[in-house]
Amino acid sequence: MSEQILERRVGIRGWLLQPNPRGRTQATAQQLYKNWQRFCGYPLGLVGLAIIVLLIVVAICAPLLTSYDPIAQNMANRLAAPSWEHLLGTDEFGRDVFSRIVYGARTTLYIIMLVAVIVAPIGLLIGTCAGYFGGWVDEILMRVTDVFLSFPGLVLALGFAAALGPGITNAIIAISLTAWPPIARLARAETLSLRKADFIAAVRLQGASAWSIILRHILPMCVPSVIVRITLNMASVILTAAGLGFLGLGAVPPSPEWGAMASSGREFMIESPWVIAAPGIAIALVSLAFNLFGDALRDVLDARGSE
Amino acid sequence: MIAASTDGRDAPLDVDDGFEDTEPSRGAQLVRRFAGRAFAIATTLLGLLGLTFAMGRLLPNDPVIAITGPEVSKEVYDRVFLELGLDRPVWEQFLTYVGKALRGDFGVSTTTGQKVVTDLLMVFPATFELAIVALLVGVGLGVPLGIIAAVKRGTIIDLIARLIGLAGHSIPSFWLALMALLLFYAKLDWFAASGRVDVFYEGLVTPVTGFLLLDSALSRNWDVFWNALNHIVLPGTILGYYSVAYISRMTRSFMLEQLSQEYVITAQAKGLLPRQVIWRHAFKNIRVQLLTIIALTFGGLLDGAVLIETVFAWPGVGQYLTRGIQMNDINIVMGSVLMIGVLFLVINLVSDALYRILDPRTR
Repeated sequence: MSEQILERRVGIRGWLLQPNPRGRTQATAQQLYKNWQRFCGYPLGLVGLAIIVLLIVVAICAPLLTSYDPIAQNMANRLAAPSWEHLLGTDEFGRDVFSRIVYGARTTLYIIMLVAVIVAPIGLLIGTCAGYFGGWVDEILMRVTDVFLSFPGLVLALGFAAALGPGITNAIIAISLTAWPPIARLARAETLSLRKADFIAAVRLQGASAWSIILRHILPMCVPSVIVRITLNMASVILTAAGLGFLGLGAVPPSPEWGAMASSGREFMIESPWVIAAPGIAIALVSLAFNLFGDALRDVLDARGSE
Repeated sequence: MIAASTDGRDAPLDVDDGFEDTEPSRGAQLVRRFAGRAFAIATTLLGLLGLTFAMGRLLPNDPVIAITGPEVSKEVYDRVFLELGLDRPVWEQFLTYVGKALRGDFGVSTTTGQKVVTDLLMVFPATFELAIVALLVGVGLGVPLGIIAAVKRGTIIDLIARLIGLAGHSIPSFWLALMALLLFYAKLDWFAASGRVDVFYEGLVTPVTGFLLLDSALSRNWDVFWNALNHIVLPGTILGYYSVAYISRMTRSFMLEQLSQEYVITAQAKGLLPRQVIWRHAFKNIRVQLLTIIALTFGGLLDGAVLIETVFAWPGVGQYLTRGIQMNDINIVMGSVLMIGVLFLVINLVSDALYRILDPRTR
């Protein structure tokens, strides 16, 4: 009786703070809430998160934010300085730079989301398998990982992008090919520290197969640190993508991509610096956001680092 | 970009990886370790070759069209197809490629009409010179900055070091280079914008080492020397900045680790000056770690060089590679990527060996 009254009064906050969670959902929600509260203690992390949210909002609402077509050319009004009509001026084809930046947010978001979605499962699977099975499986998988790591990242991405030809999809494949090895290394290290844990031994005694142990018990435990690493790596993914775009290997013109915008505008930069200033600042801002967010996330999620 | 290339490659400390080894005698252990290392190097090298081979052959880029161009008659196409050995099985093609590559034959460039290896040897010194200047900037600024940041932890200097690091991991290098051009070349006109030396001075110095600064100084051609120095300042500093970001951060964390050790307290208790404690005691213990970091920085420098060379029209490997990409010249791409990979491998091996020799704890 009294318990029920107490529960009704405290509402959702009380549900989140209840000392004895009932069931899985409540426990997960409580954990998330606790982490969120700790995350709020990192103002720079919040700034990073705010910029990332802004990027997502801008990418989704792009048509609402600007009335100009990012591709439509207007040669009569080329290289116009920033004004109320064109907030960031126009480029060498008379296209509105602001609307190209806004639509470029879509390109950037598309690239980083796909790279994360491709790289995380591949890295997790390879890393956990290498760590769990050990022996020659580990030897072979780690040799392959080392080979990919023995190229400087951009150079390897450049080589693959060159072989595949220009285009966003090819750039994503090329970046993914260079971005999975650190994830695999990390997942392997985590697995090595887990594989001798008692709860794994208990599951094994119950007759669980190796695959079931990896997929249902070890892999989920690696997820937090992998999320942190991927968030931190997003900054370099953005920079690599911009670099590929700058070298003409990213999005095919005239589609708006920040790196390519900086590249095509550089001929005119002395008279019209706004053409390259805007995309550069956009790239720097977004990768800074991922760095700040990732740093805070590492401190919150990585128990070894913070305690 | 530097962050990307160095992630996951931590200092080669001996980590307990959970697999237990039996303990054989010391001599056998050494032999086994050496054999294991040689095997690892050989497989990595083979892997590098495999990756570049894949770039050229397995991906949907027709190697025949890459050489002949898209408009080609059937007979020419078939002849080139046979000449390239594309009718043979893939593994045989790969073995041919490995055999040729090991003999230093990377094919002929369709753009320059020369052997790729000749081209590479010609452009390589320019990149190496640029990377060395950048490394000097990186070590010269990064190490002191990291040490001061660690010693004066939490002060404004620490904050500045952190900001420099963050900016280095966020600002695109090609963009920073363009901005530097805008300010120091277009507005202030302090430094030159493109190439290694003004056209007027080109060819005045006979290349001995290939390093223009060194060659012109050796031949006492000071006009050329100052002109070359003027050209290398901007690209070298911009490239170096990115290693400052990385080196200062690592130096700071190494230093913080040392400063919390008990021997530092002992040294302080003995009444040594802070300067002596820092440089004679703590710094001595991070030198070997720093060496590894500097070697890793080199990979990032090669990465950055590709973009920086494009911006400054620096005639190095990066520009050669970019031109190959633009001209769809796959032999240039394969050769340059392979060369950069091998170079990076060698640097890592040397630093690893130095680490083992210099750090008594690894013996």
